[in-house]
Amino acid sequence: MKVTATALRSRSRCSLGAAAAAALALSACGIQDSEGTVDLDYWLWDANQLLPYQECIDAFEQKNPDINVRISQYGFDDYWTKLTAGFVAGTGPDVFTDHLARYGEYVQRDLLLDLDTQEATSRIQPEEFQEGLADLWTGPDGNRYGMPKDFDAVGLFYDTGTIEEAGLDPDDLKDLDWNPEDGGTFEEVIARLSVDANGVRGDEEGFDPDNVAVYGLASNGSGGADGQTQWSWLAGANGWAHTNADVWGDEYNFDDPALHETLDWYFGLVEKGFLAPYEEVGTDPNLQQQLGSGQAALAADGSWMVNTFAGLEGIDLGIAPVPSGPAGHPVSMYNGLADSISAQSENPAEAAELVAYLASTQCQNIVADAMIVFPARPESTDRAAQAFAEQGIDVSPFTDLIEEQNTLYFPVTDQFGSINSFMEPIMDEIYIGNRDPETLIDANERVNSLLED
Amino acid sequence: MSVPKTIHPLPVSGPRQKDDTKIALLFILPASIGLVIFYFWPLVRGVWLSFTSWDILTPARFVGLANYQQMLQDPVFWNAVRVTLLYVVINIGVQIVVALVLAVLMQRLSRSVILRSVVLAPYMVSNVVAALVFLWILDFQLGIGNQLLASMGLDRIGFFTNEAWVITTIALVNVWRHMGYTALLLFAGLQAIPDTVYEAARVDGASELRMFFSITLPLLRPILGLVLIISVIGSFQVFDTVAVTTNGGPVDSSRVLQLYIYDNAFGQFNFGYASALSVALLVILLVVTFLQYRVTRAGQTDLN
Repeated sequence: MKVTATALRSRSRCSLGAAAAAALALSACGIQDSEGTVDLDYWLWDANQLLPYQECIDAFEQKNPDINVRISQYGFDDYWTKLTAGFVAGTGPDVFTDHLARYGEYVQRDLLLDLDTQEATSRIQPEEFQEGLADLWTGPDGNRYGMPKDFDAVGLFYDTGTIEEAGLDPDDLKDLDWNPEDGGTFEEVIARLSVDANGVRGDEEGFDPDNVAVYGLASNGSGGADGQTQWSWLAGANGWAHTNADVWGDEYNFDDPALHETLDWYFGLVEKGFLAPYEEVGTDPNLQQQLGSGQAALAADGSWMVNTFAGLEGIDLGIAPVPSGPAGHPVSMYNGLADSISAQSENPAEAAELVAYLASTQCQNIVADAMIVFPARPESTDRAAQAFAEQGIDVSPFTDLIEEQNTLYFPVTDQFGSINSFMEPIMDEIYIGNRDPETLIDANERVNSLLED
Repeated sequence: MSVPKTIHPLPVSGPRQKDDTKIALLFILPASIGLVIFYFWPLVRGVWLSFTSWDILTPARFVGLANYQQMLQDPVFWNAVRVTLLYVVINIGVQIVVALVLAVLMQRLSRSVILRSVVLAPYMVSNVVAALVFLWILDFQLGIGNQLLASMGLDRIGFFTNEAWVITTIALVNVWRHMGYTALLLFAGLQAIPDTVYEAARVDGASELRMFFSITLPLLRPILGLVLIISVIGSFQVFDTVAVTTNGGPVDSSRVLQLYIYDNAFGQFNFGYASALSVALLVILLVVTFLQYRVTRAGQTDLN
């Protein structure tokens, strides 16, 4: 189909030239044909999303027969190494899926194209997406470096059977509240859900915290600098934010007591036997494994994992919103991916056409139907929510947070890579129990000095 | 090497020597090109980069000794040196002893080729695969190793997740992988010791143990020294096993030098600082190798 369309088009160009000067036009025609097709490289890391995006790109190629898109998928860790190498060698992709934790470093080094410089992308207004998403992708210079494609929020995943076994009702989980002093009803629930080797529950007399069979809360490690699925939603509900601005802050808030008391409570769960110790989960924790194997009851994880959890054998998946806190409402980290154009692309106009199409309602609806992430356009988000609902999965714990703007932005700053490398061992140390969260006051000074570099 | 039959035989000594030099240079040339391009040039460039601030995407900027000053004040660097040394001591200490015992057993007890192949087998497994397999075996919850401990009524051990255990575990995993290879090298060295020496000892009524300490060990010394030097250099460069199993954790307890270098370069784009760290590793290796060479007198043999 595609080939024929290209052939037809070049033939018509040919005949036009043939009318002028037959022999000359014939050779010119050949050149035009090879120049007429533009090759673009598109990269992404999520294997689950490869299929819907392949579908989008097929549709895009059909609409633009002169553009040929090669799509490549690499695992998350290799992805960034390959991308860096690609930038150095000048062999990187034209368009690629970008992450907030990384794009600051690329903006700093002028590696991304300002989307407003291209016609196709400048037509798309920030207001067309979910509130705030476009802001995340606006550089400190006010230029747009990423076209939002999806967003995510954090929720509590559980197996309905496990909840009922504990004598609770899934509805009990809907309006939990939390505070850093006694943990509120949230702590009551995770205590109830924790079971020791002798079958004693965490809220019962004689519970042995050193010999736990089921932890109330699943562990996803220490969380590094962002704590996205670990402590960010609790710290947020305690009125804390990572930096002094929504985006491009120039000071981190790791010295804030609101964070320290949150971490004290969160990692204090280890001693109570409600959260697995570091020794058990190691450097590469796996929430799905913990929930699926019955080692943990509640897992705080991102909306991008809904499908993975739903696919776990023997799990009747339920999702509850994260608990409300002293701030008066629940808070979830609000993060989103975007498509960026490499400044090295030889075909920026065509690359922009692709980015614009990937952000269009048409493509976002394809992504919505695939039920993996929430597309960035509100109408496509609704469509995805509906698709989930048809599968019996209520995703309102995520979407409600976004609608009510109870969100905390992923920290978008310069030097995030270095900051995270610095913070990770420190957070691990707090998790292990060898370090007091209040020592983060000193760490924060170092982090802020990294920002000044 | 007979003199070629020519019609006009020339005086042999003069021109032939000249010919040899030319041809010798020709033979050395390919290897030299490789050595210069792939060793010397990167080395010089690496040393140069250690005096710059470079993120590989924008041009390098000369910063003098700033990287080295930062390094001397960097607690993570000093910790990495300490952790790496600890690793090397455990890894090499155990490995050389085990390999020596294996080699002597192969020499004195059984010269079966099959046995030799089996001993070498772990070396055929890639480092990453070996590390992954042990990561699973020793997993806290699911690992068969820990289940065995639990079934014996012992406490489970966080081999890869406990600060006290992690370096020992990684060092021993690599002993498992490398001991066969080291044993084979030592075995080759044992072959060079003439049987007559042992025969004489046996006539004198020396025990197997006495022969080991009075004959095998002293005569094996040059080979042992060489094997030691090579394996210590390799040991200092441990990376893959750590990257696969702990990625430097818990906290910094397994953050070895190579991992810290890699993280600085490819994780944080600090190629200048990473180069300075690499130069530090080079200096450490030079000193250690020089000392070993002197102490073991690896260049001389007692066989003559």
